[in-house]
Amino acid sequence: MSTDIRILSPCGMLGYGFPEKSFMNGMSQEPHGIVVDAGSTDGGPHKLGAGVSIVSKRAVKKDLGIMIPAGLSSGIPIIIGSAGGSGARTHVNWTLEIIDELLEEMNLQASITVIWADFSQQDIRQAREEGRIVSLSPNIPPLTEEAIAATNSIVAQMGHEPIVEALRGGADIIVCGRAYDPSPFAAIGIYHGKDPGLSYHLGKILECGALCAEPGTTKDSILGTIGDGYFTVQSLNPDRTCSETSVAAHTFYEKEHPYILHGPGFTLDLELCRFEESSPGVVRVSGSRYLPAETYRIKLEGARQTAYRTFVVAGIRDPILLGKLEAVQELVRSQAKDYYRDIPESDYEIRFYNYGMNGVLGSQEPEAFRGHEVGVMFEVVARTQELASSICATVRSTFLHYGYEGRKSTAGNLAFPFAPSDIEFGPVYAFSVYHLMESRPDVFTIEQR
Amino acid sequence: MTKLGDMAKVLRSKNSGPFELTLDVLFDSREMYEHVKNSGSVTREAVSKAYGMTEERIHHFVFFDQALGFKVTMSRDISSGSAGDRDVYGAQQHAPLMQLEIHCPREV
Repeated sequence: MSTDIRILSPCGMLGYGFPEKSFMNGMSQEPHGIVVDAGSTDGGPHKLGAGVSIVSKRAVKKDLGIMIPAGLSSGIPIIIGSAGGSGARTHVNWTLEIIDELLEEMNLQASITVIWADFSQQDIRQAREEGRIVSLSPNIPPLTEEAIAATNSIVAQMGHEPIVEALRGGADIIVCGRAYDPSPFAAIGIYHGKDPGLSYHLGKILECGALCAEPGTTKDSILGTIGDGYFTVQSLNPDRTCSETSVAAHTFYEKEHPYILHGPGFTLDLELCRFEESSPGVVRVSGSRYLPAETYRIKLEGARQTAYRTFVVAGIRDPILLGKLEAVQELVRSQAKDYYRDIPESDYEIRFYNYGMNGVLGSQEPEAFRGHEVGVMFEVVARTQELASSICATVRSTFLHYGYEGRKSTAGNLAFPFAPSDIEFGPVYAFSVYHLMESRPDVFTIEQR
Repeated sequence: MTKLGDMAKVLRSKNSGPFELTLDVLFDSREMYEHVKNSGSVTREAVSKAYGMTEERIHHFVFFDQALGFKVTMSRDISSGSAGDRDVYGAQQHAPLMQLEIHCPREV
């Protein structure tokens, strides 16, 4: 069979939005599937830990409100990868509720298949005891029993296998829990018998929407076509175009290596790829190689709550204080610590972020401060919210009135933009599981609703 | 000497997973790319110096000719979004690399 397989990616993240015209241009090319990625760990551990989404329900509903009726009326599958952002049970259920609401409002019927990506603490504990878990990079500590016990939500990134299985089952809509971002795209190509290397490489490009075009954006649609021995990508908006370098350069994006990519059970080697413009704005890629791994491993992700935070934002304009700001902050810190000497130091941390000076780079900032104003954010992260707020209030009042050497502005050191000044942030999370687990492709549960 | 930030078309930083930060430098001409690649100024040593860190923290340092660019991936000292992190997406950690001086034989 040498039928070309076309995949429409509406946008780089479900809920980011896309021009309906671009999407409809894609639909007019009769794609074999509509696939959208909804997930990322980029926004930090909070979404997975707290079970919330980074995009609004309103925005997801708006995007799906275009994709679902288009897919159903054309009889092609709609696949959502890493539903709800982190792809854990709560995130998948949140997405399913939105789909159900839409189908009812639009008076549409659809068969839905869900692929769950959750793993219990017991699953992970057993894998650890069997020596099936390894760290992903040298700076990630080995997984401990203590970390597993403290992590309520653990997911793993699925490969294409369970999604291909769901496609075989004939689902109209496939909602995936956490997936390796390119997997839902690769599943369409592989289901139709296309080369897995080309399918995954195309998936890696399509999962970001039109980011591989110029000007690049995640908020526009893109079309991928897999032939035999190559694939092509093209923009669906006349205001953007794909070029050899824009597509080749995209291979770099948010990966640790420019041409070696690791996915569930395989390595993708793109070193020998050729990128050619086959017709204006259409880039043809060949040479992507799929190398099955000797040991099938999947990536685990888990987030645990570590503390609570209270923070304050304030401005400083006094030139004398700015001249010795970091030294004064150390004195403020000491005074607050001394005041709370009854509390173990390990129960809390006080941090100052001096925006305008070195707020972004911290101690790695090479430039000397030359400004006349600094935005200060300071936080107290502590074992409980009450403790964080109490200590933060002391840091704030100490800093506000601190009588540093040479001070002339004896009425106060900080300009607060808001009253009250102290903001309770709530829980703080950390990625506590980010490891590879030796496993099998069929550990992801497929459920037909 | 010219600064890398003036020669590159794209110079960016981003998380590569929550525990690593990756720097991408891309050029819009093969000539410029080859010039920078062959200048001897872009080394693990130079990059680790620009970031005030040890060379061991650089996990990958790779040129990719097809894409006219190179990539440097380093460990984060604090994982994305944990207490003490200053840049959750890692999207503003590129400025020190822009300042890297590239040796230009023609200007000598």
